Formats: sequence, C-alpha cells, structure tokens
Amino acid sequence: MRRGLVLLAALLGLGAASPPPGVDLDRVLQADPAPRLSDYRLFLDAGEGRPNSGVVPYVLATPLFTDQAEKSRLVFTPPGQKIGYTATGVLDFPVGAVLVKTFAYPADLRRPDREVRKVETRLLIHKPSGWTAQTYVWNAEGTEAVLKRAGARLPVRFTDLKGVQVDLDYAVPNQNQCKTCHQLEGAVTPIGPKARNLNRDIGLTGGGQANQLEHWRKAGLLEGAPPPAARPRLATWDDASQPVEARARAYLDVNCGHCHNPSGSASNSGLFLNAEETRPAALGIGKPPVAAGRGAGDLLVGVDPGHPDRSILAYRMASTEPGVMMPELGRTLRHEEGLDLVRAWIRALPPQARPGL
Amino acid sequence: MPSLTVRLAAAAIVAASGAAQAATLSVAPGPDAQERLQTALLDARPGDTVQIAAGRYDLTDGLSLDVDGVTVTGAGPGTTVLSFKGQKGAGEGLLITSDRVTVKDLAVEDTRGDGIKSKGADDIRYLNLRVEWTGGPKATNGAYGVYPVASSRVLIDGVVVRGASDAGIYVGQSQDIIVRNSRAEFNVAGIEIENSIRADVHDNVATHNAGGVLVFDLPNLPQMGGNTTRVFRNRVVDNDTPNFAPKGNIVAGVPTGTGVMVMANRNVHVFDNEIAGNQSAGVMVVSYTQGFNDPRYNPLPRDIVVRDNRIGRNGWDPQFPGGPEIAKALGGPLPPVVWDGVTTVPGQPAPARVRLADGPVLNLNLPGPGRVDAAAPTVAARVGDAVIAEPAPVRLEVPRP
Repeated sequence: MRRGLVLLAALLGLGAASPPPGVDLDRVLQADPAPRLSDYRLFLDAGEGRPNSGVVPYVLATPLFTDQAEKSRLVFTPPGQKIGYTATGVLDFPVGAVLVKTFAYPADLRRPDREVRKVETRLLIHKPSGWTAQTYVWNAEGTEAVLKRAGARLPVRFTDLKGVQVDLDYAVPNQNQCKTCHQLEGAVTPIGPKARNLNRDIGLTGGGQANQLEHWRKAGLLEGAPPPAARPRLATWDDASQPVEARARAYLDVNCGHCHNPSGSASNSGLFLNAEETRPAALGIGKPPVAAGRGAGDLLVGVDPGHPDRSILAYRMASTEPGVMMPELGRTLRHEEGLDLVRAWIRALPPQARPGL
Repeated sequence: MPSLTVRLAAAAIVAASGAAQAATLSVAPGPDAQERLQTALLDARPGDTVQIAAGRYDLTDGLSLDVDGVTVTGAGPGTTVLSFKGQKGAGEGLLITSDRVTVKDLAVEDTRGDGIKSKGADDIRYLNLRVEWTGGPKATNGAYGVYPVASSRVLIDGVVVRGASDAGIYVGQSQDIIVRNSRAEFNVAGIEIENSIRADVHDNVATHNAGGVLVFDLPNLPQMGGNTTRVFRNRVVDNDTPNFAPKGNIVAGVPTGTGVMVMANRNVHVFDNEIAGNQSAGVMVVSYTQGFNDPRYNPLPRDIVVRDNRIGRNGWDPQFPGGPEIAKALGGPLPPVVWDGVTTVPGQPAPARVRLADGPVLNLNLPGPGRVDAAAPTVAARVGDAVIAEPAPVRLEVPRP
C-alpha cells in the first residue's frame, strides 16, 4: 500500500518531496538471495553510488589485498538496531545487518576517481539463521549488478601506480569460496570489521577527522564500547611510522589469518597467522611444512628467522601459480609491497636455536 | 506392504525433517561446464545426487561442495573426466566441506594442487575414483590425490591415484578410517595415514611409488598422537620410483624403495601383506628426527607389531643415510625389517615396545632419533616379544560416543 502511494506520488511529480523508501529489510531477511543487487535498495541510484538511509561507509586499518582492486565498504544496520562492541573477533552485528563491499578498477590507479569500472559487489547478510555470503557482478555500464553464485573469470585491465599496464583474469569467487575464507567453525562470518581493524581515524564528510569507533559510538551505531584507550588497535600495514613487526603481523592477520587460525579453513596446517597467535612454531618459525607439497618450494621451514629467501611463507606469497601461491583465493597478482613487508619482518627476526624451538 | 500407520509415520518423519524428494541434478559436457557444474554443486540439497555425464570437462577453477548428504557421481573413472589442466586458481580440484558426502565413479586429472580434498567432512566416502597426473611422476604435480583431513569416519574404496608429489591416498588428523581395494602407483608415497586414530588399510596395491604405505605422526599439528592402525592383506611391491617430492616435505625423507614405513606412531599392526621388490627396506620402523617443541608429542614408534607378512626380496640397495655402509658391513642386502631401535626419549617415561616377528630384523640400536652416526646394528630372527592386542576392526556405521 505504502509502495503504491510512493509510486503514485512519483507519477504525480511529487516524488522529490517524499522521502525515498529505505533499505528493503524484508528482502534482506529472506532466506534466498535477491537476483539483483538493486533489489535490496541499499542505494538510492542505479550505479549504487549514493547509500540509502542507514548505510554507512567504513574503512579498515589493514585491508585484504585483492589484485589491486579499489574497495569501498559499507555497513547497513536496521533502524533502531545497534552494533555490539566485542574486544576480539568480529563486532556483534544485529540480524538484518548487511556488509557491502564493492570491488572496482580505475583505468589508471594514479587517477583513482576517473573511469572507474565496478567489477563486483559482495554482500554479507546477517539472516536470522546466520550470515550468508553472496556476490553480484556488474554489467559493463555499471548500472546493474546481478547475482553470480558459481563464480566467474573477468578480464580486467588497468594501469598501475608505476604506469605499467596490467591485464588480469579477475576471479569472482563462487559461493563456497566466499565461505572458505569467511568461516569460523564451519559457519559463515565476516572478517574485516573487528574492533582492532576499525580502530583508526577517518575523514568526516563535513571536514575534520575522528576515530571511527568513537564516531560510531557518538552516532548511536555502536554500543558497549570501553573507553578509547581500552580498545585494541591493529597496525596500519603501510604506515611506515609504525613498527615493522606490528605492520607485518597486521598484514598476515588480515591476508592469511582468516584461514590460518585454529578454527579456520587451514586449521589442519597448524600454521596460525591470526593476530592473537604468539607461539613461534604456530607462526611458522622453524616449522616444517605439513601438506604444502610443491608449495614448499624445496624450503625446509615456514619462517626461517633472518632468511626470507629460506622461508616458505615468503615463497608462497611471491608465487602466482595455483597450487603454490598463498592466499589460494582472491589474488592472481603478487602484492609486492605486502611481500616486502613480510620479508622485512622475517629478516629482522632473531635467530632460533634449532627448528621448532 | 507396510501398514497405513507405518506409511503415515514415515510420511510424518519426512515432513518433519523438511526433506523433499531427493533429486538428481544432471550435468553434461559442453560450454560453460565450470559454471554449470559448480551451480549444480551449489543447488544440490541433502539427499540429492549430482550426476556428471560421461565426457571430458575442461575446468579452469576449483570446484567445491558444502551441502551435507550429497552424492557426486560420474559414469565411471574412465569416462567422466574432470580435467584441471587449465586450472587458474584454488588449491585443489574438488573441495568438500560438508558431511555425509559420497563422491564416486569419476576421474580428476592434472590439478595444480591437491586432487580431491575434504576437510571437516564426516562420513565421507571416496568410491571408484581415479585421480591422476597424466604427465607421470613430477615434482610439479599436486601434493595429494585424495585428501580427507580433520574428519570422522572416512571410507576410501576402489580409488586409483597416480603421480602425486606427496601421497596418493592421504588421510590426516582424522579418526575411524578405512582405505581398501585401492591402488596407488607412481606417487612419492602410495598411501599415508598421518596423525590419525583407528585406521584399517587393507587389500590395496601400493606399487611403483617411492614408499608404499606410511603411518606417521608429526608434531605441531592440531591433532597429534596418531595411533591404532592395521595395515593388512596389501600388496606392497616394487616401490621403485625415485623420490620426487619437493624438499622440505616430510615424505621427501622417505627412502626410495621403502615398502611400509611407520614413524612416531603408536599401536600399528602390519600383517598378512605381500612385501617385496623394495630396494631400501620391506618395513621401516623409525622415530621422528626433526626438532619439535610440543611436550605432548612422542617422536618414537611404539607398540608396533610386524608379523605374518609374505616378505620377498627387499633392501638390496638401501637409499637412506648410512644404509649402504651398514649393508656393506653386513656383507649383503639389508634385512627386510629395519627398526631404528630407539626405545626412550627424555620426557616419555614408558619405553617403546615392539614385536617384529618377520625376521631377519635389523636393529640399528640408535641412541636417539636420527643418530645414524652412532648406529650399532645387530641382526636377529625377531626383535621384541611384546604382547600387543590387535585392534578391533574399524566400523564406520555409527558415530562413536
């Protein structure tokens, strides 16, 4: 009925005066995914550049590397609902929350706001039965994104920051591959929006800066947060003013730790790179490979302190060959800067008495 | 004819469980096979069958299944061929992460990483499959052919694996396992049971691998303390492919021409096998020799029984450090059964017990794991007389308490 009235108002040319309909919460909560991204009404425009009411952008201190794609992140929280603070793990998002991440390529990374081609928009939706992961692939015009469950390969071309043209076979993950990374104990879960990775400064729309968590708390979006000083903080991987170890561990946490943790997809490896891990052997230091196969690259241990060239960790990060490269999903290119950082961390590690100690 | 009451009750159970009629989702070869096959694997509901018609499927990415109770079947391991020669991503050909799945009657070829992996997938069944790297044994082949890990109740039956650069048939960190009627050849390791509890490996053929059948336990893994495995009625013969594993991997240390190797595991029984044509040793029972720092880990093989095997010619050209020297000192081939002889390590109070009855047995009498430099070899008709009860057969039907 209400929808009918809105339509009537629009037909009468009165649309501008009426508030646009909000996010379609019913559609969000349905068990099956919508066939089109626009069905959720997360955005006000077809190109999905203008977020609807309740849809808020966010940024991470250290993000996942995905073949140089530019990513924009948004979170929708149903009206009247709040996000619960948690010190470790992902924040406590209410049912109906949607995490929206759009992957895009500017024609030239040196001009990130021009000729931007949106590739896919991934949604993590908190349904009553738990989180689900879906992705929507954009048409060439960037006006419509449709559900893609079985994955796809898309040709992408861009000019990188050094002015070199890059051609890649961009991988849109299939629904199970979304879960391969986005899981804990077999259930789908978000990865990025943890307190520690959100605890950073952001630029405000009206100018000025604020701490993101504090901004959310003041806006009534976040509840239960301790005072700012008591909140954990993940290093920003590319902020050279921060210690190399903290930056490298942040990078490994975000790029590897979603699978390489005791409850993740790579739990059987015994190699745990999540931020909470402290045991040297679990971090790969002096640890022989288990099921790496040729991924071991004829090297003897995951991390050989002082010797990145003798460390399987750096070898697999440097590879672009399926069956060798890590992460297994989400990249086809080498992330030179991330690799340099991890190599610097390994180089600075104190020598170990003997493997495994 | 069931009574009306019974039929109504059955209908009520079906309704209550929400199970619709089991469906068959058919996939045929042709364009977009990758997407059609993956879509079927996503659309399948518990009880459904994904039927992959005969033909060749040239796939570019890994496939995955995450729905409980699905059967994935082809028309036979010679006719339904999933080729991953052009694979661009993912760590395996087919990944299964759900329970009560059966995969059968098809072939997986030339994956860039592992062939078929199942993780945390209880009650998984691998039946009548072929996993093969068609270019023969190469270090650039994927690691494992079939790779169930971190699972309970695993059945591998009628599976052929060729060319794996680690283990053809590998079961890791699992419990209640049967590997039978299968054939592993031209792999580094034919069949490997690692960090697992209660496994029966029987009526298989392991031939032309570097090592035939391995039962290992490794440190620094979520599940350690592998124990209780029976290896029986297998043909472990002519394992003669030079070890082509990439260095660093534990199987790179398996001497070319090893029949059965037991390392750092407990309660392993090797009996009624045919073991012949393995140039390094028929049966090796050894400790884990690398460093580790987990006090829960025991690097010694213990409670090991080797009996009643039909042992042919083995050990004529041993390929492990110190082997040729020992053979020379003995003035002939090595005895078919080799034990490193380590019975105690610091922190493990009980000495290791063995019953190695298929002599002659070479006891290296090492003072500690890997101390081949200090070997004091002796040869005896049999070594150890520990009475170690044979484990009960593995049962897969019911979840254990």
